[in-house]
Amino acid sequence: MTLFTDTFLIALIAGIAASGVPLLLAGLGEQLSEKAGVLNVGIEGMMLGGAYLGFYIAWATESTALGFVGGIGGGILVASLMALFCVRMGLNQIVIGIALTLGAEGATALLHHVQFSRLYPRLPDVSTWRIPFLADIPIVGPALFDREPVVYLAIALVPILVYVYRRTHLGLALQAAGDKPAALDSAGQNVLVIRTFAVLSCGALVGLGGAFMSIVGAGVFVPFMTHGNGFIGIVLAMLARGRPLWVLLGAALFGACLSAATALQVAGVDIPTDVVQMLPFVAVMIVLLLAGRNAKLPAALGAAYVRGER
Amino acid sequence: MLDASTPEHSAQPSTEAPPIVTFEGVTKRYPGIIANDSIDMEFRAGEVHVLLGENGAGKSTLVSMLSGLQQPDDGRILIDGVEKPISSPADALDIGISTVFQHSMLVPSLTLVENATLGRKWWQAPDRAGTAGAMKTAAERIGVTLDPMALTGDLSLGERQQAEITRALMRGARFLILDEATAMLTPNDAARLGELMQRLAAEGMAVVFITHKLNEAVAYGDRISVLRLGKKVGGLTPEELKSLDAQEATNQVVRLMFGTQGAQSGDAERPDMSTVDRDAKPTLELLALYADSGRVPLSNIEFKVWPGEILGIAGIDGNGQKQLAAALAGQAPISDGRVVLDGDYIDRMSIGQRRAKGMRYVTDDRLGEGTVGTFPMSINLLLKEIGEAPFWRSGLEQPEAIRENARRQVRDYDIRTPSIETPIGKLSGGNIQKVLLARELSGSARVVIFEKPTYGLDLANIAATQTRIRETAQSGAAVILISTELDEILALSHRIAVMDQGEIKGIVENTDGARHKIGELMSGVKK
Repeated sequence: MTLFTDTFLIALIAGIAASGVPLLLAGLGEQLSEKAGVLNVGIEGMMLGGAYLGFYIAWATESTALGFVGGIGGGILVASLMALFCVRMGLNQIVIGIALTLGAEGATALLHHVQFSRLYPRLPDVSTWRIPFLADIPIVGPALFDREPVVYLAIALVPILVYVYRRTHLGLALQAAGDKPAALDSAGQNVLVIRTFAVLSCGALVGLGGAFMSIVGAGVFVPFMTHGNGFIGIVLAMLARGRPLWVLLGAALFGACLSAATALQVAGVDIPTDVVQMLPFVAVMIVLLLAGRNAKLPAALGAAYVRGER
Repeated sequence: MLDASTPEHSAQPSTEAPPIVTFEGVTKRYPGIIANDSIDMEFRAGEVHVLLGENGAGKSTLVSMLSGLQQPDDGRILIDGVEKPISSPADALDIGISTVFQHSMLVPSLTLVENATLGRKWWQAPDRAGTAGAMKTAAERIGVTLDPMALTGDLSLGERQQAEITRALMRGARFLILDEATAMLTPNDAARLGELMQRLAAEGMAVVFITHKLNEAVAYGDRISVLRLGKKVGGLTPEELKSLDAQEATNQVVRLMFGTQGAQSGDAERPDMSTVDRDAKPTLELLALYADSGRVPLSNIEFKVWPGEILGIAGIDGNGQKQLAAALAGQAPISDGRVVLDGDYIDRMSIGQRRAKGMRYVTDDRLGEGTVGTFPMSINLLLKEIGEAPFWRSGLEQPEAIRENARRQVRDYDIRTPSIETPIGKLSGGNIQKVLLARELSGSARVVIFEKPTYGLDLANIAATQTRIRETAQSGAAVILISTELDEILALSHRIAVMDQGEIKGIVENTDGARHKIGELMSGVKK
């Protein structure tokens, strides 16, 4: 079988990292938000906001690092609308989430058209951090241990979030805000502050994921480039049942499906790309069928908290 | 069961103790009603201060102002003699006011320790071991045993409330509010809570206990204040309470609560046996019924109910009563056995077919499976007949017929509602129950299952509901009365079945020794 050549495998594994990182960040962000009881359907929009602003700032300042900061800012910008409408004003989370996604799609496409439609600038390749020794492992080494710093950061977030959820009061407060906000309120903590924090942090993570797609993944910003990654993030968060490690596993699985497209082309296999691009979504449905039945979501998910209301 | 005989008052309340919280002319208005109308009240350390009142008397509003959830529109609140608003729950905690609500305020997915550490500085790591130790100590001090590492969701409501009180002590509470805290407890847990509040008061804490159960108020209270329609209509001082015996005190309170009219005189009455016709064919017959659904599987349930008879089903809550009712109404599948109604097997029928045969189920989950809270009351009255003539014709709503039906039921069942278009969720528990009764008892009912029909209702509504149950039997229907209140079962039922762990432990006639026999069956003495 000539399919599993070194080139193919390196492309596949590198692809898992490249397509998995935005999913991981989206899933972790959504998980954080859902834990606190805010069903954030707008993360697709936050991702686009991050992708656009990240790309724009990286291009304007010629600094990748500032670009990522911009991506975080872009995500927070869109998330702050979510926090205002859904947490502060208690409007319907799903409606606002959809509106934010559609709004961000339109706004970024318009801005891109105005600024870049004739230039189509491309960012230079992002420099990588080579981890000594590990990077020398054949196949896996160059694919996983010679990567952009953001990749390591995204993976490091997993244990950090595990720690926050299990070992800090913040983790308890987040869980209480999602499961029984009235209990948190009567314990003297402000539910709206905790939920706002969760939504903005979600925006930051998701925005970083978006910036990764435009700055590292593509090197350009293309309208609608997030391509449903945010929605897969929602699925990941739902399947992971509050566990960051499961988000990582899920992101790797879906990342593999996404990267298979590229890898199969590298290997010269002739399958229509449309079919290959369906893979992650087919995988979503299969995983949902297998594991989605017992998914346990926070009790107060999606419900605005109004003090003293039955 | 809770006995009305008063245990000794362990607390020695002294009127000398200064009030911790004083209400002066406190008024709270909601659209359309005055929930609290210039209330003057003092809450002193070392006292169990009972707030008594019917549903809608304004007890909950008063509590929400004490706990910082609501702000008064008028009047002054004094803390330790100084005017100071209680502007938020955090504020209340700072003052030392802790509230234990009827519905547990613990996060079910966290352990008790984690719940106890909620609300501390967010960047700190929860000190689980240390908090667990402190929790154990606090629990021991008030004579409560609990496992701090237990997951809250696994505990009974009584245990959760004890944990909440312990948590309040750990936070340095000196003012404890128990809001309808006994409403959902088993009689034993309620009695234990009563003793606990007296111990706390003896330690110098101010305890505010909200209830609408008279016997609890008299048994545990040092001071009683009675609210009616948002106003404080009187009360009993510690001196008065001590000088009166339980019966006199109860009578006094009843006079305050209902004006001159007395309450139902309790369990003296016996059901009227003349309505039962045991020579006729039984209306309902259960043959070796089994069901595995739910946490408590039903096993080998057999009984008959004759026309005009009330069969009481006694037992501690959660021993399969709900599953039995759901299985009979067709809402839950049975795995084996048969159900016969008027000679026909109904166990394969759908819910609608059973209803058409005359099977009626008055659920205790009034706002859950009973009604749709956001629908107008008039539609909720027809919830099980949607699409049927004369209220719907060719799929179209006939508003006049629906309104006419609602107006008639409002009259017949004395439903107190601002309008027939009011969403039912906005009505009080007693009125929601009346709507359910009106819906289930209209038409030709053959078998009516009442599940905890008076749970959470005030005395007037309890009396009205019990009258309805009697009338239902007198009209010839077979009645199954599921209740955890033994007094209620003894007052209404002709026979009593005792349920335990999904089985019927025995069925006794309601004669003189019935209470004793039921007790034996419930405690497993007699097999």
